[in-house]
Amino acid sequence: MADSASAVERQLVTPEGVGLRIRLGQASQRAGAFLIDISIMAGALIALTLMALGAAWVTKMQAGEFILTVWLLGAFLLRNTYFISFELGARAATPGKRVVGLRVAARDGGRLTANAIFARNAMRELELYLPISFMFAGGGEGGVDSWVYLLGVVWSGVFVLFPLFNRDRLRVGDFVAGTWVVQAPKQKLLVDLADDGAERLARFVFTDAQLNAYGIKELHVLEQVLRVKDRKTMTAVAGRIRNKIGWTPQAEEHDLDFLSAYYAGLRGRLEGQLLFGRRRRDKLDVG
Amino acid sequence: MARLQLKSYRFRAEREWDWRKLERLLERMEKGSPADLSDDDLLEVPVLYRAALSSLSVARATSLDKSLIDYLESLCARAYFFVYGARSTLWERLSGFFAHAWPQAVKSLWRETLISAAIFLLGVLAAFMLVRHEADWFYAVLPQAMSDGRDPSASTEALRATLAGAKDQPLSVFATFLFTHNAQIALLAFALGFAFCVPTVLLIAYNGMMLGAFMALFVGRGLGIEAGGWLMIHGVTELMAVILSGAAGLRIGWTLVMPGDRPRLDALAEAGRTAGTVMGGVVVMLMIAGLLEGFGRQLIESTAIRYSIAFASAVIWLAYFYLPRGGRSGGR
Repeated sequence: MADSASAVERQLVTPEGVGLRIRLGQASQRAGAFLIDISIMAGALIALTLMALGAAWVTKMQAGEFILTVWLLGAFLLRNTYFISFELGARAATPGKRVVGLRVAARDGGRLTANAIFARNAMRELELYLPISFMFAGGGEGGVDSWVYLLGVVWSGVFVLFPLFNRDRLRVGDFVAGTWVVQAPKQKLLVDLADDGAERLARFVFTDAQLNAYGIKELHVLEQVLRVKDRKTMTAVAGRIRNKIGWTPQAEEHDLDFLSAYYAGLRGRLEGQLLFGRRRRDKLDVG
Repeated sequence: MARLQLKSYRFRAEREWDWRKLERLLERMEKGSPADLSDDDLLEVPVLYRAALSSLSVARATSLDKSLIDYLESLCARAYFFVYGARSTLWERLSGFFAHAWPQAVKSLWRETLISAAIFLLGVLAAFMLVRHEADWFYAVLPQAMSDGRDPSASTEALRATLAGAKDQPLSVFATFLFTHNAQIALLAFALGFAFCVPTVLLIAYNGMMLGAFMALFVGRGLGIEAGGWLMIHGVTELMAVILSGAAGLRIGWTLVMPGDRPRLDALAEAGRTAGTVMGGVVVMLMIAGLLEGFGRQLIESTAIRYSIAFASAVIWLAYFYLPRGGRSGGR
């Protein structure tokens, strides 16, 4: 779990010199976003064709040529501007990327330039359209042609699968443009648990020894438990803590109240130590 | 009660309002365009962003509220993406591109451009000689479908007829097809550079050979001058675009092979930006070429006018790219 999380987490140092942790987009997300985008493009093209048909029918024009023109131009515009125009926006993401929560960013932490976006999408020619053309080209009837065809498919396939073979999940376009695709950060500010814990702490009195039982790692686990508020888990965790610190339950003591109060007490203690330069990693860290 | 208030809680209470404000601004900006916001708001974002960054640093050192740190981290990253994201208006970007970025990028690729042009000319010469020597080579270079009746088996009169304008043909389909086709070829020449230059070189040389074979056929029938006009009215623009896209591809492939004293990835990223800029403009060039080919060539039948348009476009493009210009340089 920890390994797979760190595999997709990278440090991005802002020009102000503060390191931000960002998570890279996973291959599955990238593929999902791409499928959505492709479907949108296909849908738009179909809609365009239908509209052209309708217009031709209403005006009783020479339908064939008109539709061909609209279709050629529409396909070209979609193929070459869809990705670029969306990624140039404030959210630096196509609709597909937005749905799965991804965005494009510059790898060096600097500004994401229009040139980079153009370069990363012009490379789709190599990664996407070339293999597709190969697929439709057909294999011939044996002999040298078939071998050339096979080599072409393998060769172009290398570029399609590029993102799977490097650490940062870069596709060829990302390499060339100096960009990467990261998960768009989005997190709500939750209530501070120490806030309501502090009220309850008035009713619970923990000794120093009792507050010294745990470290930061356990504090964060407890925070998670309190946020999820699953009754069974809380009962189990409260039981474990009571055991460890030798706490005798008072009459009518609720698990939530106890945990909340202990959280506030523990955090106060650990943060106090933090101010004196002591960061206690976990309960085993007693140095 | 006061005894129980944590420092980290007070820390949060004092700054929370600013964070929320930044979050609201970011939300509005991500939904709409930056133009929806007042100037005050826009000026405030960087200030709030830096305040949030400093909050994050303090929180990391003093607070153990994991959700708070995670929140600040994500808020800072969002604000960072906005503050350092691409966000000039389309118009500013376009004018900056055509006034400075594009010609500059083209100029910086002059070495690759020369090589690309040399390869192209080599292709032209080779095919020209081959076809002049033995007409059957024509079929090896130009597939039947592309030559569209313009092959050695056609009579001289038929060939002459193909060079005339065609007022009654559907021009728009033709122009659209030419433009999209050529643009795709150019983009391919660029993208193929990533495979260590080789396919790009082949593609450029092949494009040159098609031209050479075509010219050899018409020169053989004494139609060289007319055919030149027929081709060059748009060909100057189009061939320059193809050569430039080849140059962009070469730059990328060459950087991949010889990154110099920088890490390969960094060198590649920089080369990619320059080459990407060139390619952005090349698509526009091809659009112009497509218009000239689809409309200009079909409507203008005089060879002299065709040549003068060709000459003028050559002068204009070269002056645009390579003449020194005043004003700011390297604006972005």
